[in-house]
Amino acid sequence: MRHWLARQRYLVDFTLAALLRRKGRNLMLLFIYTLVIFILASVIFFGSALRHEAKAVLKGAPEVTVQNLVMGRHAMAPPEWVEKLKKVRGARRIEGRLWGYFYDKANGANYTVMVPSRYDRKNALKDGETIIGAGLARVRDVRRIGHLFLLSPKGKLMKLKVKRILPETSELVSADLVLMSRGDFLRFFDLPENGGYTDIAMQVRNRNEVAKIVEKISKMLPTARVITREDVLRTYENVFSWREGVVLAMLSAALVAFAIFAFDKASGLSAEERREIGILKAVGWETSDILAMKLWEGGLVSLFAFIFGVAAAYAHVFLFDAGVLAPVLKGWSVLYPQFSLTPQVDRLQLATLAFVTVIPFTAATLVPIWKAAITDPDVVMR
Amino acid sequence: MIELKDVSKIYNEGRPNEVRAVTDVTLSIPAGRVTVFKGPSGSGKTTLLTLVGCLARPTEGRILLDGELISSLPERFMTEVRRRTFGFVFQRFNLIRGLSVLENVMIPAYPLGPDYRELKSRAMDLLARLKLDHKAKMKTEYLSGGESQRVAIARALINDPEWIIADEPTANLDSKLALQFLDEVRQLKETGKSIIITSHDDRIVNADVVDMVVEMEDGRIIGIEERNAS
Amino acid sequence: MIFDPPVMALLLASAFSTVIVALGAVFGVHVLLHWNLADGHARQIRMEKRTYLVSTALMLVMVLQLATLVLFVHNADRMAVLFTGAMCAVGTLNVNEYGMPAFLIQVAVFFGAALWLIVNAADNMGRDYPYTRFKYGLLVLLAPLVIAGGVLEWLYFLNLDPNVITSCCSKLFTPENAGIQADLSSADPKLALYALFGGLALLMGLAVWAMRARAGAAAYGIAGSLFFIVAIVAIISAVSSYIYETPNHHCPFCILKPQYGFIGYFLYLPLFLASAIALGIGVLSLWPLPDSLRDRLPMRLHHLVLVSAGLFAIFGAVALYAILASHLIMFG
Repeated sequence: MRHWLARQRYLVDFTLAALLRRKGRNLMLLFIYTLVIFILASVIFFGSALRHEAKAVLKGAPEVTVQNLVMGRHAMAPPEWVEKLKKVRGARRIEGRLWGYFYDKANGANYTVMVPSRYDRKNALKDGETIIGAGLARVRDVRRIGHLFLLSPKGKLMKLKVKRILPETSELVSADLVLMSRGDFLRFFDLPENGGYTDIAMQVRNRNEVAKIVEKISKMLPTARVITREDVLRTYENVFSWREGVVLAMLSAALVAFAIFAFDKASGLSAEERREIGILKAVGWETSDILAMKLWEGGLVSLFAFIFGVAAAYAHVFLFDAGVLAPVLKGWSVLYPQFSLTPQVDRLQLATLAFVTVIPFTAATLVPIWKAAITDPDVVMR
Repeated sequence: MIELKDVSKIYNEGRPNEVRAVTDVTLSIPAGRVTVFKGPSGSGKTTLLTLVGCLARPTEGRILLDGELISSLPERFMTEVRRRTFGFVFQRFNLIRGLSVLENVMIPAYPLGPDYRELKSRAMDLLARLKLDHKAKMKTEYLSGGESQRVAIARALINDPEWIIADEPTANLDSKLALQFLDEVRQLKETGKSIIITSHDDRIVNADVVDMVVEMEDGRIIGIEERNAS
Repeated sequence: MIFDPPVMALLLASAFSTVIVALGAVFGVHVLLHWNLADGHARQIRMEKRTYLVSTALMLVMVLQLATLVLFVHNADRMAVLFTGAMCAVGTLNVNEYGMPAFLIQVAVFFGAALWLIVNAADNMGRDYPYTRFKYGLLVLLAPLVIAGGVLEWLYFLNLDPNVITSCCSKLFTPENAGIQADLSSADPKLALYALFGGLALLMGLAVWAMRARAGAAAYGIAGSLFFIVAIVAIISAVSSYIYETPNHHCPFCILKPQYGFIGYFLYLPLFLASAIALGIGVLSLWPLPDSLRDRLPMRLHHLVLVSAGLFAIFGAVALYAILASHLIMFG
């Protein structure tokens, strides 16, 4: 065991020295390898940060949402539903919500207009006040003016005093948000006082009972569509993974190119190197020693490329907001949220990344390494 | 003692460029002596050296080292035998560029995984014996021909082999250095090492330290001359 | 659900292993037909050189296989949110009929590759390569398994349908149900724990005997391999309940979750490695000792027994820790 360890140490020492002796070639390989890992890692980090972001937002979302369907399309939920739903055992904080989308002709952006929840003390509003998302504030340059002017769909102008701008932490979802009081909302969209709600939200006391409650509601209100938070989470997870996967699949062409490059580098042994391997074998190294040395070489290059690539991708995604990738993966509205993603890296991602980069590299270099290792020791005598 | 029985070596077997480098060689090489393989280039003496030194496996025939059959060993074990039995001094020295003198000397021991301090002191002792200890840290490409050869000798001795094999050792040396090499051969012989040298250099062939001369031509032995019979 | 990064990584890994083992098996057939060490001719020398490639590649396959197993389970665990009814890896694996077989074959491939490497290492110590034919015969047998594993994995991921309502551990690993998982869960926990720790004690005893006699090594190898099954049954029927601190939860996968401090990995990794080494010890010591290994193989077997027994001891210590640290009291 002691000898085995010592042997590995000698091999690593020798390999490092050999790598440094052929700086130009190895730096080139390291650079390309790092670049490949950087791109892939950026995709993976970005995707998972988006997912994380969405999940964080959904954490505060109601566990169950009930919508009314008329002719298979979404319609306002009647106010009496709220009373009916309050009778469902296990449900609490039942509340009709008012929200909608609004297309702003002034700058071609879509806003989400919403009445803050009764339980949301922090964002409680009086008539004539509003709270807006940071993206919207940026576009409308509200910071200086302090007032938001909106032209309602019916053409009435509405002046709202900006009480607060939402923090940028979860901007991906809140960027386009306009919060206003119930009175303002009804006036703005020209809705009747008792016209009902966009949907009805509720919390569930025991999470294990969600399925039961959904079943009860469906029976009680046959025209209702019941959506659980788990459903939404699942859809999010699916959509983001799928996008990430498609981008990765497209990048697999780059991966193949990289593998060919690595194969070429590994098989294009210079005469000098071939002689060196011959010398090592002649003076007493065995084929498996050379193989071990070459595997160390590949392993060390992979390790460095991995560290550099991941570090660079981390900086790119979390410090520089994924400038290169954002448009592909985000696919959001006109209001590009200027978001700073919360750093989110987990083992599974790193393992995935290691798999998709190290496997092709190793596969591509395996045969060339072996070819080099079986160099006949007597070449040095010829 | 190394015994060869009907040994042949064919390169590129079965291809258009097939070469019979050594044909039906039968020979006994005594231990503790200096043996010279003599002959013009292309006579097969270097190939014979690679077979004797376990650098290659004969295509036909058998080679025995102290009575043990080594010619049909798989490469893995042939290397094991080679590592503990033979030390090599090549014609072009074959030092590894970019590494220091000390590292070059220690390289043959790496696969055995010895203790580093012990290995280093062994290497330094050898270098001191060859008067090169002051250049231990120097890269090998800055050495002169004679110094390079002494480094190669130190490297050949690091695993303390019984046999030293030298291929055309004086081809790149002037007379003074050739004499110096012969001096080193004499010292090695005195410490009990067995030495095999290929050469067509008369300075070597006629040196009084040589005990046996094997003359080769076209892959066959055409004459064996024994001197200093003991 | 192919377009999911970890799934792509897993499929890539399985493609790599499949190609290597398939090519290795083709070479294995060559070896079985033509291997002759006494021959100094070109074909034999080429074949000997190729064995270096094959054993290096298989070493990579085995490392990869171990990593794949971990990633496969970890990923299944993560994907549980995608499937109604799934709470951990079990639910995800049960989304279609390929999941569980794919997983079990991965486990089998791991043991096969480990056995191959141990035999290979022993083979490389003998000057006449005594196990070469056996080794390549083994590789030829291993190939269909690896290919089947790869195909099942593809089928599994291709047919992952998010609309399927799956059943998870709390349904499957329940004594009241029918099926193998339920039978495992209903094994008497007391008996299972006796078997677990009694088995460990027996193994330690056999390890001591293995240091003295070849028969001991054989006994250790067989017992160690069988102990794997005992250990898995004990984990399902008793140890997991201690970790979850509820007598009714028996899932062997949930213990891998972060909320239980990943203790599952600390149980399974030593257990898998120790059992794989024991399997190798068993095979090597049941085979008659070749002359060329008379000096070196017994030493190597001692080392292997020490490593394997040490890993079993770690496994036992972790299991014991899980039981002692638990607030659950199953027996008065």
